[in-house]
Amino acid sequence: MDLVTVWFAVVVLCWVLFFTLEGFDFGVGVLAPLVGRDEHERGAALKTIGPFWDGNEVWLVAAIGVTYAAFPAWYSALLSGTYLPMVGVLLLLAGRGVALEFRGKHADPRWRRRCEVVLALCSAGVVALWGALLSVFVRGLALGADGEVVAQPGLAAGLSRTVAPLLTAQAALGAVAALAFSLLLGACFLALRTTGPVRVRAHRVAALAATVVAALGAVVAVAGLAGTEPLDVGLVVTGALVAATAVAVAAAVRLRREGVAFTLASLLVAGVVAAVMLANGDVVLPSTLDPAWALTRESAAATPAALGLVTAFGAVVVPGVVVYQVWSYWVFRRRVSSERVATA
Amino acid sequence: MDVVDITRLQFAVVTIYHYLFVPLSISLASLTAGLQTASVLTRDPERAQRLRRSTLLVGKLLLVTFAVGVVTGLVQEFQFGMGWSAFARFYGDVFGPTLAIEGMLAFFLEATFLGLWFFGWDRLPRLVHLATIWVVAIGTLISAYVILGANSFMQHPVAYQLDPSTGRAHLSSFTELMTNPVLFATFPHTIAGAAMLGGALLLSVGSWRRWIGPAPAGAAGSPEARAVDPDQRAFAGIARLGAWTTVAGGLATALTGDTLGKVMTSVQPMKMAAAEALYTTTTGAPFSLLTIGNLDGSRPIFSLDLPYLLSFLATGEFHSTVQGIDDLQAQYSQQFGPGDYAPVIPLAYWSFRAMITIGLLAALVAGVYLWLTRKGLDPREPRASALPFMSQRLFPRPLVQLSLRMLPTLPLLPAAAGTAGWVFTETARQPWLAFGLTLTKDGVSPGLTAGEAWLSLAAFTAVYGVLAVVWLRLVKHLVAQDLTDPPVRPAPPASTGDDDEGASEASPAAPRAAVPSY
Repeated sequence: MDLVTVWFAVVVLCWVLFFTLEGFDFGVGVLAPLVGRDEHERGAALKTIGPFWDGNEVWLVAAIGVTYAAFPAWYSALLSGTYLPMVGVLLLLAGRGVALEFRGKHADPRWRRRCEVVLALCSAGVVALWGALLSVFVRGLALGADGEVVAQPGLAAGLSRTVAPLLTAQAALGAVAALAFSLLLGACFLALRTTGPVRVRAHRVAALAATVVAALGAVVAVAGLAGTEPLDVGLVVTGALVAATAVAVAAAVRLRREGVAFTLASLLVAGVVAAVMLANGDVVLPSTLDPAWALTRESAAATPAALGLVTAFGAVVVPGVVVYQVWSYWVFRRRVSSERVATA
Repeated sequence: MDVVDITRLQFAVVTIYHYLFVPLSISLASLTAGLQTASVLTRDPERAQRLRRSTLLVGKLLLVTFAVGVVTGLVQEFQFGMGWSAFARFYGDVFGPTLAIEGMLAFFLEATFLGLWFFGWDRLPRLVHLATIWVVAIGTLISAYVILGANSFMQHPVAYQLDPSTGRAHLSSFTELMTNPVLFATFPHTIAGAAMLGGALLLSVGSWRRWIGPAPAGAAGSPEARAVDPDQRAFAGIARLGAWTTVAGGLATALTGDTLGKVMTSVQPMKMAAAEALYTTTTGAPFSLLTIGNLDGSRPIFSLDLPYLLSFLATGEFHSTVQGIDDLQAQYSQQFGPGDYAPVIPLAYWSFRAMITIGLLAALVAGVYLWLTRKGLDPREPRASALPFMSQRLFPRPLVQLSLRMLPTLPLLPAAAGTAGWVFTETARQPWLAFGLTLTKDGVSPGLTAGEAWLSLAAFTAVYGVLAVVWLRLVKHLVAQDLTDPPVRPAPPASTGDDDEGASEASPAAPRAAVPSY
């Protein structure tokens, strides 16, 4: 394997880890008001992600940083080509992180309530936006020969330059799917990490979300079968696998095998993200204007010297990162109980 | 304004805002680690408790500050691609690895270990727990070093080659990038400035609670009772720690600033000339304290100069020659082709002066506070407040009271000084994005429209404004509360049912009230 392939794999891995790990903490953010009837229960739900969300979010920093380091042209086209949606992502992430971190630092019930609302809305918004963006990345942007999305003349057209790609049925489906996946992950995580009524409600949500995801998978598989174009085998297989895994998750939840359910749900999300990123083969960002203007791994890659540098660094540092992140999950492995928090 | 100007303004807004929280995080992390270390080392149980309580308070301030730093720092990482994709593409080889390495090496450490520290008081062995906060502190320093390495490249590009076939810059040596002489000068200067800001915040918090704010629940109202109350003593300690840090940071900022000035003169002579509004090349150049009039090269109406000082500051010799703007403009026109190579002179001149005066003023205020509270003195008492050379008439009680009431706003000074410093550094580099290599107007994303840039500027400004208010409210709330003990690690259970939920529910022995839970 050459360095370009290795670094493409690392980029995919970073994005997969980001969407999987943050997927569950986004989900918990949305679900906290649903599974928690009072402040202590909601506090217990949020405490399950308290020590982790920050470290999880660094995988986004890593994903963007590694994409820039290994594929500068991809990074540039991706971010300048989705300028306004990215502004949205950043602001929603800001609201989410601050609400989560600030909630516990003030005992006033109104303060906590407001933080919970901001957290739930921002978490849901950012998941939906990422889902839509992922589907746009698969489909491609209106890249010109210089690798940039060019503005149409006129103020409205100029403003909508980077919003327009999100206004498609495909992007809407991406948003809905991302929300469903994230809620499934979040519910499974809550079921695994809490006790008492929060855990019971998390089970119910997990079962419901698994059903929705299974249905989505089935729809995708059927759409692949019924497509007017030649049979899309990849789509059919992916849809079927998603549906089957979701059913398995639902079964595990029913059997109270929460560890199994969460593992399966994580694998499901990781697999879907990886499938999305590998969907175009060698092309990392298609151009909807002319296939010749698409960015490929080779054309977007940094120089061998720069790749060698990040390789040397990554080989030393990344295993360490994985070790201490796993350790932090181990340190906080105990279930969080709303009763114990209630004594506080 | 055209799209370049709006995008520059947008970048300035998000960067200046981010940079209010970064130096705070850097210094608060080290201060928290220092406090906790002291609490572990001390043998006096009462002092140890005071230090632990102080550690938890400063740590909470760190946590809420770090959260804002993280969410605004993420914006920075996206910025280069969003608004400056031409620059990002051109310098991908140099900037990409720098950002990636910062994330992998430092940011993961900070974020993961801060979670371990805050939630790990009762989960980790005492020394392991202490180590986690040191890891956070070291992580913040590594972050600062690597990111300043990228910035130093823009001030003084090193370690690159221009590839004629692609027209892009290639990194030739990462070691060289990370040993940029500008970086060696900028890093200590930045860290010293960060110490001033974090120190000023502690001085603000501690002095407010010690002298003017609400007394802790247990403390009676009389000054004598307050003076012996353990929490009041803790706040007095926090204030003095903050004051010492501000003074030390101030001295270090001045010394490192002097070094930085000399490096700057050699690699960016135009910046030093702009800082001084020095138009003609001068031997034995004076340092201009202030100028009334205009700075466009015609004679100032009034200018207060210190003879020879600029030459000394710029090169270390009183009689050396400092290049002027006009000569440099002529030189650059010949080197890079026709164009205007001078930055906005009044902005450079005044931001440079604002940085120095406001910074010195902050250190001075902290120094006076240290003097007035020496040996546990009460600055409100006439005897204590009388400096040897000051009678009570010169330093009357109402003035002391007013000064004490103003003291909590002290962090505004180092924050303003730091902002002025960065405004100077970045605007006096113009018109270059990377000095001598890329003009700012050539770095902006080619497809970006003015409407998009305006919308983004408005959205970030509005959300950041709300964030600032919320952060301030929360900090005020945190410091107005009584100090609490961090949770303690429970004695190891007799049974091994550590993970068993039944066991954990049945043993609510550990007091968990201290850390407000999620």
